[in-house]
Amino acid sequence: MSTLPPVEDIKAQIEAGVPGAVVTVVQNGSPSAQHSLLLGREHARDAALFLRDHAELRLDFCSLVTGVDWLDTETSEKVKVKKVVEGPDGTQQETEVEETRKTKIPGYLEAVYHLFSMEKKHGPVVIRVRTANRADYAHVPSLTPVWRSCEFQEREAFDLYGIVFDGHPDLRRILMWDGFADFPMRKDYVPPDDDALATVPHGKSPEVQA
Amino acid sequence: MSNDLLEVDPIAGQGEIMEVSMGPHHPSTHGVFRMDVRLEGEKVVRLKPVFGYLHRNHEKIAEHGAYLAAIPYTDRLDYLCSMTNNWGYCLAVEKLAGITVPERAEYIRVIVAELTRFQNHAGLVGFLLQDMGASGTPLMYAFREREKVLDLFESLSGARMMCNYMRFGGLRVDATAAWLDEVRRLLPALPRFLDEFENLLRANEILMARTQGTGRLSRELAVSAGVTGPMLRASGVNYDVRKVDKYGIYDRFDFRVPLGDHGDVYDRYMMRILEMRETVKILEQALRGIPEGPIMDPKVRLRGLRPKAGEAYGRIESPKGELGFFLISDGTTNPYRYRVRPPSMINLTILEDMCLGQNIADVVVTLGSVDIVLGEVDR
Repeated sequence: MSTLPPVEDIKAQIEAGVPGAVVTVVQNGSPSAQHSLLLGREHARDAALFLRDHAELRLDFCSLVTGVDWLDTETSEKVKVKKVVEGPDGTQQETEVEETRKTKIPGYLEAVYHLFSMEKKHGPVVIRVRTANRADYAHVPSLTPVWRSCEFQEREAFDLYGIVFDGHPDLRRILMWDGFADFPMRKDYVPPDDDALATVPHGKSPEVQA
Repeated sequence: MSNDLLEVDPIAGQGEIMEVSMGPHHPSTHGVFRMDVRLEGEKVVRLKPVFGYLHRNHEKIAEHGAYLAAIPYTDRLDYLCSMTNNWGYCLAVEKLAGITVPERAEYIRVIVAELTRFQNHAGLVGFLLQDMGASGTPLMYAFREREKVLDLFESLSGARMMCNYMRFGGLRVDATAAWLDEVRRLLPALPRFLDEFENLLRANEILMARTQGTGRLSRELAVSAGVTGPMLRASGVNYDVRKVDKYGIYDRFDFRVPLGDHGDVYDRYMMRILEMRETVKILEQALRGIPEGPIMDPKVRLRGLRPKAGEAYGRIESPKGELGFFLISDGTTNPYRYRVRPPSMINLTILEDMCLGQNIADVVVTLGSVDIVLGEVDR
C-alpha cells in the first residue's frame, strides 16, 4: 500500500499536467482532515482523466459521487458612511451615519467525487466541481466517460439536486418518477401539501428535461 | 424511475424485438425492482434496470434529525445486514468528530459484523439456488443456519433484523459472557454446514451448466464501474476494505481474501462460500482475543453531538461491497449533508453489460448473483 502525496502536491501535478486547469484546495476543518480539490468546470474532465491515468496516482476507482446544495448566503456588516445632511438650521452639514450593508453571496450546487486506487490501494482524493448558480438546471461536466461508476450516481444527483451533467450518456430521473418536476434534496425544497399517495406531478413545471 | 417503453425501434433485418417488463413483482427480483428487457427470440439485446419503488429519501430524513437519530434508519437500508450498516455510519461520525472506540467494543463489532456477513452470504446462496430452480431445499438449509445467527442477534440487541446496536463511540449494550459462549458453541457447526453445502453443489452438473460462463464481468469493467465486494473479487481484483483500510481492528486478524478467475456467476457463488469460511476464522480469533473493559467512550455526547464544521467519509466492507457514509457538518446538531454509498445500487451499473447476448433465463441467475437489497438500492 502506497501513501498519497498531500493534496497541495496533487494540485501542483494537475496544474502541470493539464494546461489551463484551475485547481483550488478546499480545507476541511474536521479531524478527518480530508482536504479536497475544487476543479474548474472547463477542465474538470481533463483533470479527472489525468488523475485516473497518472502513473503514481492511478485513481482508477471512483467510489462515491454526490451532490451538495449550498444556499445563497447573505452577510451584513455595519459601515460608517459620511453623508451630507441638511441640518436643523437649513445648512448642509457632513456627518457620519451608520449603515448596514448587505452582500449577497450566490449559492451553488456542488458535485463531490471520492476517488480511490484499486491498483495502488490508496485514497481517498476528494474532488469537487461547482455549478455557476442554483438555477433549475445547473450544469457541470459529466465524469461518466472517465469512470463508469458515476453513471447511476450522477443520475441520482441530477434527479435529487437538478445538477445537469453535460456529456452523460443517459441522464434521466432514477429514483423519482417521470414527470416529477422538483429536486427534493435541495435545502429549499418544500414538500407539497397534498395526498402523499397520489403520484401526480406537482411543483414548478410539468416537463423534465436535461 | 424512468420509463421509455414507448419508443420501440425494431432493428432492421434482425427479426422481431420483444419488450418484456420483468418486475417489479417478479419473484426473482428480490423486491420491487424492474428490468426493461428487449429480446430477440430469447436473447437479450437491451436491459435497463428501473428502481425507486422503495424510495423514501432516507438521506433527507437523516439530514432533518440529529446524528444519533439516523442510526435506526440505517438498519432499514440493507435490512438483512443492519449491524454492518450501523458500523459504517458510526465509523463516519467517529471520523467526523474524532471519536475513539474502546477495544472491547471493537471486538464485539467485528464479531457481529462477521456474523452478519455469514448470514447474508448463506441467505444469498440459498436465494441464488432458488432462482436457478432448486426449489426450497437449499434455501431451507441456508435459512436454518441464518436463523441461528438471528437468534444470537435477538438475544444481544433485542431485535432479529433491525438491531440498532452500535453507537458512535461504542455500543448500546454489552455482550454477556453467556452470549459469547453461545457464539463459541455455534462456531463449529458453521464449517459443517459449508461442507454439506459444498458437497451437495460444488460439482453439481446443473449448477455448473447454469452458472459457468454466465454473466461474465471483466476485470477492467469491474474496476471502472466501481463494483465492490465479492462481485469485484470474483473478477480477480484483490480489493477488500478490511485489508486496505484496516478499519476497526481488522489488522489483528489473520484471514485470506478469496479471488475468482472468470468473473462469472459460478465464481461469485464460490466467493460467498469461501468468504464464509474466512469469516469463521475471523470469528474464532476475535472470540479468543476479546478483552474485558468498557464498551462506550464516556466522553461522547450521544444526544446533541456537534462536530466541528467539516466533512468525513467512512467506509466498511459490508457483505454486499463497500458501504460508505459521507457526512458534512456545519457545526450544528444535524448533519448538513448525509450521503450513503449504496454498494447494491452501484453494483447494478453493469447489469446490462453482463446480460447482453444471453438468454432471458440467465438474467435471473445473473441478477441473483449481484446480491441486491432494494431497501438500499432505493433508499
